[in-house]
This record gives sequence, C-alpha cells and structure tokens, in this order.
Amino acid sequence: MTDGEGADAGADAGADAGTDAGTDTARVELTLYVNGASDLSRRAIANARRFCDQNLAPPFTLSVVDVHEHLDALRESQILAVPTLVKSWPLPVRRLVGDLSRPARVLEALGLPAIDDTEPAPA
Amino acid sequence: MTLTEAPGADPHHPGIAPRRELPKAPTGINGLDDVTGGGLPRGRSTLVCGPAGCGKTLLAMEFLVRGATEFDEPGVFVAFEESREDLIANVASMGFDLAQLEADGLLVIDHVEVDGAAIEDTGDWDLEGLFLRLGAAIDAVGATRVVIDTVETLFGTFTNTAILRSELRRLFAFLKARGVTSVITGERGDGSLTRHGIEEYVSDCVIVLDHRVLEQTSTRRLRILKYRGTLHETNEYPFLIGASGVSVLPITSLGLRHGISSHRVSTGVARLDAMLGDGGFYQGSTVLVSGTAGTGKSTLAAQICDAACARGERAMYFAFEESEPEIVRNMSSVGILLQRWVDAGLLEFRCFRPKFFGLEAHLFAMQESVTQFDPAVVVLDPVSDLLGIGNGAEVSAMVTRQVDFLKARGITAVLTSLNTDTELQADHHIASLVDAWLLLKSEEGNGEHNRVLYVRKSRGMANSNQIREFLLTDQGIELADVYVGPQGVLTGSARQAQEAKERSDGTSRLEDLEQRRVNLERRREAVEAQTAALWREFEDEADVVGRLLSHGSTGTEDRAGQRAEQGRLRKADPTHPGRPPDPSADEPPGTHP
Repeated sequence: MTDGEGADAGADAGADAGTDAGTDTARVELTLYVNGASDLSRRAIANARRFCDQNLAPPFTLSVVDVHEHLDALRESQILAVPTLVKSWPLPVRRLVGDLSRPARVLEALGLPAIDDTEPAPA
Repeated sequence: MTLTEAPGADPHHPGIAPRRELPKAPTGINGLDDVTGGGLPRGRSTLVCGPAGCGKTLLAMEFLVRGATEFDEPGVFVAFEESREDLIANVASMGFDLAQLEADGLLVIDHVEVDGAAIEDTGDWDLEGLFLRLGAAIDAVGATRVVIDTVETLFGTFTNTAILRSELRRLFAFLKARGVTSVITGERGDGSLTRHGIEEYVSDCVIVLDHRVLEQTSTRRLRILKYRGTLHETNEYPFLIGASGVSVLPITSLGLRHGISSHRVSTGVARLDAMLGDGGFYQGSTVLVSGTAGTGKSTLAAQICDAACARGERAMYFAFEESEPEIVRNMSSVGILLQRWVDAGLLEFRCFRPKFFGLEAHLFAMQESVTQFDPAVVVLDPVSDLLGIGNGAEVSAMVTRQVDFLKARGITAVLTSLNTDTELQADHHIASLVDAWLLLKSEEGNGEHNRVLYVRKSRGMANSNQIREFLLTDQGIELADVYVGPQGVLTGSARQAQEAKERSDGTSRLEDLEQRRVNLERRREAVEAQTAALWREFEDEADVVGRLLSHGSTGTEDRAGQRAEQGRLRKADPTHPGRPPDPSADEPPGTHP
C-alpha cells in the first residue's frame, strides 16, 4: 500500500467525483472472474457488488466474467483461481482471490483509500 | 481414454489375470524405458524432482516431444516458470522444434504467469481457472500426456496453503480422471523430496534427479525412488543431457545379448596372430593391453589400427595423453605410418584430457563419436587415465558400459592400461570384462631392460603360453623367441649372446659332421678297394677252377674211347656207346674158358 500513490488516486477520484467529469484518471475498473455455476462464485458476485456500493465513489465499473464462457479472457488475464477480482485501474494492477467476504481486507488489498469520511454524506 | 489398453488384462476375470503389468507410456528417452521397465505409468502422475538445474524440465519436455513424434501422443506443457519463447529456445539445441509441433497440433505450451507478488486472499477460492485452462489445452490437441512444471510455484503466489493443498490434490485427481499420463516436476526441499511436499499427492511413480560435483567434475544421476505396481531398477544411473536429448545409461539393461563373431582380425603382427592362435583376435572382442610405462602399449594399439586401416576398415583412436600429431610422429619412428590413414579418412583421433569431462560425459562423447564414425576398431589409450576422474568402481562401471556398447556394435576394442610393476590394480577392475589380455613387461637384467609380451588371457582362442620378446623395429612391432635357461628368461643382448653361442655351437657340430662324412667316405673307398681286390682273387680262383673242370671232362671221354678200341681189338661184346663198360669186359683175355 504505497501511501503516495493511494493518496493521489484518492484525491483525484474525490475531485472528479465532485465534477462528475468521468476522466480516465478518476474511475476505478474492476473485473470479477467467476465460475458461474458455483455457490462460491454467486457469493463473490454479491459480495463484490455490495463492496463497490459501500466503499467506492463513482465512477467505477465492475464487470463480471464467467470463465467458462470466456476462456480467452481467462488465459489473457492469467486467472488460475476463482473467484478472482482484478483491479486494472488505477495502477498498480492488483489481484485478489476469494469470495470477498471481508470488505476491509478487500479495500486494503486493492490499495484504494477508505471513503469512510465521504460515505456518510450521501447517506 | 487410454486406460482400457491394458495389455494382458482379461476383462472377464480381472482378478485372476496372471502377471498383469501396469500399462505404461514409453518415454522414448534413451535408456529411461529400460530402467522403468517400459515407461511411466499410463494414465497416472509421475513426480520428477531434484535440485535446481538438474534437468527436470528437459526430461519432462522430452517426454512430451517423444510422445508427440514417436508414439502419436500429443501433449500439453504447463509452464509456471519459463515463458513459451524461452522453452522453445532452450530445447532447440537438442533438435526439438516445439513451434513446429505446436503448428502440427501435437503440442500446446501454456505459460501460466504468476505474479511475483502474492495474491491477496479474501476468503474461499478454488483453482477452477487452472483446471479450465488445462482442460481446454488437453481438448485442443487431444493430449494424452501432460507436464506441469513446476506446480509448486503456486505456493509463492497463494497465501492460503490449506486451500492450495486441497486444490492440488484435486488437480491430480483431475489429471487421473482425464486419463492423461502426467509428469509433475518439483524442486528438492530440505529433508523432503520437494519443497512443499507435493510427493504426498503423487503416489504412483517418483523419479529423483541429482546433480553432484565430485572431484571437480559434475555428474547427473537418476533414480527411480518409487514405482507402484512394477518392478524397477533401484540403482542410481548416470544420465546426460546431450545434443540428442536426455540419455540415461543403465548398466544392467543392456544384458549380454551381443551377436558374436568367429571371424578373426589380424593384429598386424604376424607372430602375435600366431600366438593368439589362428590369425588374431575375434572381431568384436575387447582386448586389454596392459603394462608398465614405456613398454609399447600405444605402439601395439597403433599397429592394430594400422592393420585395420590396411584392410580398408575404419579405426578410431581415443587418446588421453598425447595429441594426434604427437602420436602420428611417434608411431612413424617405428615404421607405423598413420598419417596416410588419417588422410584417407579411415582413421580418426579424439584427443582430450580425461579431467575435461565427467565419466558419463566421456562415455557419452565416445558413444556419439563412435556412432558417427562407425569404426571397426576402437582404441582407448589409456583407459587407466580415467581412474583419475572417479573411483575404481565407477570407472569399472563406465568401462563396462563402454565395452557393452562396443560389443553390441561388433566393434573390436583395444584398451590400454598403465600399471606399475607390482600392482595391477587398474587392470583388475576391467580384466574380467575383456576377452583377451596382453601383458607387456619390462625385463631387467644384464644392465638393460627389454620388453616382453605374453597372452595373459584369451577367451576362446588356443593361445600360446610362451613369453615373447617385444621388439620395436623400423618396420613396426616384431616378436622374437626368448631363451629360457637356468638364469630365467633371456632377452636383449643376453638373448643375442645366447643366439651367437648357439650359432657357434652349431658351426662346430657342422664341422664335426663334415669330418665324419669325409672319414666315412674314405672308409667307403677303402672298403670298395678291398672288395675289388677280393673280387679279383675270387675271379682268378674261379678261372683256375673252370679250367680244371674243363680238363677233367676230356679225360673221361679219352678213357671211354680207349676202352672201346681195346674192346674192338679183343672182339669184345658190343657195348652201348657211352655206357659204362661192363666190368667183366675189363677182365683180361684168357680168363674165360
């Protein structure tokens, strides 16, 4: 968790969120690779959605890829374990495995700043 | 898919099928199938483990390449450590064209990149992604062979080892369920076969590779640690990674099944051929020439090469002490002209210091050279130099392999061995391997030393048991009879003295004979003269007797004539002429009345 990078990314995200500009530097891109048929994957999808809603300021994207249907994506992204959550933007790229059942751990692992201070405002 | 191919299995009585061997997938790797009794367990997993740089990846890759090219079994290589490009480049030197195999649909190289950084763990997961990739790769080429190199890399990636271990267990079950023959590589750990103990998941076959440096030369070794359900060799075998891939060198797998020849090949020394009985060594036999320093071992070896080349055969000379120009020059000083054979392409030298390679590398280099050149005669000069690069048992094992290799090809081998006067240690390691053993010795005495040769051992030949003096002349090697007298064997000047003595003895005997012949002649003349005199005497006597006899017969006739005249005169009775006169007729007249 490089503090500098994290702080910069957080500042940018906050600023852009305010203006709703949606520039490249502001957004967060997440991809969740799942094995569509399994309970584990269903749980991971639910956990991921909840995590994004609760911990990320827009704009963010969360795409869900069923590895059974996208073997090429599996190979390109070098996915071995499912479920895997890949943060492809902002850099650095980070990968997480597991069903994302611990949001605090996920946030720390993604290297994104906590938005505890901004979260209560919209709520 | 291939499990049903089990040969010898009776589907109706599976329990009582006699000697049901596990179905095996031949590796095609030189020597490995001999050691494993036919290959790796088909449809199961084999663990190949060893320290870094021991050749695990190459062995595994060759298993796939041979499978694809020789056994029509496509394969999948899952690489965790090296990229596809690196793998292709690494095995290109062994003549494996992986890119072509991929293009031909016989091979898939799937490089699984794992980040150096650990992947964060946020709960339960499984390795379904890997299984999917593997499954897709297997399906893409219809693979029946899979290599996973090295799955333990995952331990550096995933922090939750409990999940990883259970997933690995599932991976091996998955491979088995797909019916593929798989090779899993693992790096040796402290006190265990692999760093993370994956051997516990692979229970069918475990091959341990090793890479040791002894006396500054490195040797690779292979051992079958475990092979469930099959008889396998348990020894350690040296193996090499050469220009044609991996070669395991089992000593026992060759068996003693050489074709034999009763054809004799000349040594180039007529009297030596005679000593061996009927014209020299058997073709394809192994000959040890041992002796002390400077007894002419190399010269004899060179003479044998020369003789082979003169017959139009090829000869190969492995020299560990001299360079080719040195040998050619030194041999020309005794009239053995080798350069002409080199120029004619019949003779090749391989000169190198033994320390340059490990024992196995030597063996392998020799075998490759021999295979390429295909000679009829091979010389190892001197084989005792190899002792310096291993202990006696190792050298003996190595020479055994070499001898077996040469015998199997029907090549006559000449091994020279340097020994000291008293100990024949070097020789005894190999003496039992060879078919013939010529011993060259230095006989000291009379202020000089001379070389002698005798045949210490010669299988299947009516060889001479005599010691011969070994002479290096301007025309090569010659053997001379030695003289055995009260002082022992005479050689050199003592032999010459003896020869001179015998010559002079012979001369006087000759003179004596001549004298006696002359005497006899004279005696004969005397006898003849005497005989002539006797004959003359006899003839004189016979003459006299003859004359006498002739006079005697005339007198009788006269007397008969006189009697007849007297009778006529006396008017006697006529008598039959020639008839003895009647005595009464001789009565004086007047006595009758």
